[in-house]
Amino acid sequence: MTPRRLVTGPLAGILILIVGLAALDASGLAFWQGLVINLAIYIVLVVSLNLASGFTGVFSLGHIGFMALGAYISAILTLPLREKGEYLADLPTWLAGVHLDQMVGPIPIGWLAATLMAGCLVALLALGVGAVLMRLSGHFVAVATLGFLVMVRVILFNADGFTRGSRTFTNVTPYTNLWWAWACAVLTVYVVWRLKRSPYGRAMFAQRRDRWAAQSIGISVLRPRLLAFVISAFFTAIAGSLYAHFITSFSPTVFYFDLTFRVITMLVIGGLGSVSGSVIGAGVVLAVAEGLRRVEDATLLYGLSGILLAAFFIVVIIRRPGGIMGQREISFGNLVARFRRVPVSGPGEPPGAA
Amino acid sequence: MANYALQQIINALSAGSLYALMAVGLALIFSILRLINFAHGDLMMVAAYVAAFALFAGLPLPAAIVTMLVATVVIGLLMERIAYRPIRGAPDVAMLLTSFAVGQILQNGTLLISRLAKQPTQIAFPAPDLLNGVVSLGALTISKVNLASFVSGIVLLSLLTVFVTRTRLGLAMHAAAEDLGAAQLMGIRVNRVVASAFAIAAALATVAGFLYASQAGQINPYLGFSPVLKAFIAAVIGGFGSISGAVIGGYALAFLEIIPTALSGIADILPPGSVSPGVHDLLATLLPSGLASYRDAFVFLFLILMLLFRPNGILGGRAREETP
Repeated sequence: MTPRRLVTGPLAGILILIVGLAALDASGLAFWQGLVINLAIYIVLVVSLNLASGFTGVFSLGHIGFMALGAYISAILTLPLREKGEYLADLPTWLAGVHLDQMVGPIPIGWLAATLMAGCLVALLALGVGAVLMRLSGHFVAVATLGFLVMVRVILFNADGFTRGSRTFTNVTPYTNLWWAWACAVLTVYVVWRLKRSPYGRAMFAQRRDRWAAQSIGISVLRPRLLAFVISAFFTAIAGSLYAHFITSFSPTVFYFDLTFRVITMLVIGGLGSVSGSVIGAGVVLAVAEGLRRVEDATLLYGLSGILLAAFFIVVIIRRPGGIMGQREISFGNLVARFRRVPVSGPGEPPGAA
Repeated sequence: MANYALQQIINALSAGSLYALMAVGLALIFSILRLINFAHGDLMMVAAYVAAFALFAGLPLPAAIVTMLVATVVIGLLMERIAYRPIRGAPDVAMLLTSFAVGQILQNGTLLISRLAKQPTQIAFPAPDLLNGVVSLGALTISKVNLASFVSGIVLLSLLTVFVTRTRLGLAMHAAAEDLGAAQLMGIRVNRVVASAFAIAAALATVAGFLYASQAGQINPYLGFSPVLKAFIAAVIGGFGSISGAVIGGYALAFLEIIPTALSGIADILPPGSVSPGVHDLLATLLPSGLASYRDAFVFLFLILMLLFRPNGILGGRAREETP
């Protein structure tokens, strides 16, 4: 594969994306714009969960907790002073004076800083949590991370002074638009994609496939897992900030098991270990869920979409445990090769089971 | 003060019985299939709904209970046949995720049916009069539900112990838990053993669900999530996979849970003058009265510590389970 082709494929993709977004932006179709922003947020969530879970085989059910923290941190940091006095009167003084709502021209520089801070703080937390939890394996790590999710929820509900507790956190400034959401999605995909082919990514896959073999050639088990967990938490927190400034009012109940399950469905259907699979999985599941929601609204059979999505999920796990893509990737080179009927060589690993 | 402590212990014993009933159901299935069946909590929920609808339809209590048992066991068997049998032997996490999906189907199915029956999402559970009210023992009051939980917990768990140690099927379960493949080679009908484990677990979930709903007073399609998490913790405390361990874990968890409740605001309960002002202030800072609302976080912190330091439970050894 020549370097030139390596660049042209993604560049063409980004160009098409920009044209598409510009057209959608100009069209003024609010519903579709909202859906496409949602898609970008889901892509960030699924791709980063894939990094933590699909690459390393350490299944995390706690990522939505990172998202919740990202959402609350960024929302608190950016809230303008007047709203802060009104809604969060009990904030400690060092935080009460902070209002990252500055704009430089059309760029919400304050929000970007707040988002970055949320990402870094959450990544730091993930470092601590991960250093403990990444030692576990199999379903025990899944349940321990689920425990983390419950702990985050309990804390959000009880830290009234910061989060308004169970009451809705409102008046978050709506900074998220098509461009910011997709910029984050593209950035996440780019970083995770590059990581997959880097020595760090190879180490993640190696210890997933055979920890003893990996250890015997000097690849640590803990370090790649921890790296994946921390980077993934960073992007998940950014997704949280995007979500907070898109939806503008939310409460701790959003960030719980339903959302966790939705993101996992996207991940598994797309394929654990495949970045392009995650993007496809997010798109497919969001489209199906949206379509089913309309059927539900029309027929008043509420619950139908949940049943069908879960059934679809079970069928995928039984019939095609690697999901749509397995660990393969779509790349421009592969497409060209397929077009020319040249056998495509995979990344060297057969699609593994979930 | 003594009464207060005794009252807390009684509460813990009854909560512990419920946890033990649920944890045993989880442990039974886990020991054979290595499957953490998160849909177990949703089976409890389904049981409560079937009972509620049967009672609404005017069935007498015994008939309603039989209906509930039969319906829940059938659903338990169906989920084993349709969802879990095809992925038997799959990686742990695939089975765990499947059980989440099964739980989603049960929740949404219940939601759908209760909508079709023109019922609101949250309904009041028609607990039988038998379980309403309290029993007084001197200065102590025990609610009848708590008493029923305790008694049925002890009875059912004893029956189960006799069953798994004294009957052929129970021994077959032991064998299957030891090694599913070898058991099959020895002529044990593994599918039948697994199905009976699911039937027993579903029956236990039925009892737990009925008692839980009577205690809560309200039921909704999502009520199973929190109990199943607790049952899981109980099973981990006891060392996952052993029935006696799950029972011990259930009671241990219940006692663990009352610690933050009992300690929160302890400074306010202590009679004035019994401790020096310095100690009083220290207690008030360390154990504020808001501590009780962090109970679940505290319990999960304990779970994580257990998984790290005693992954085989309080009875088991220290070796950590490592799956490649």
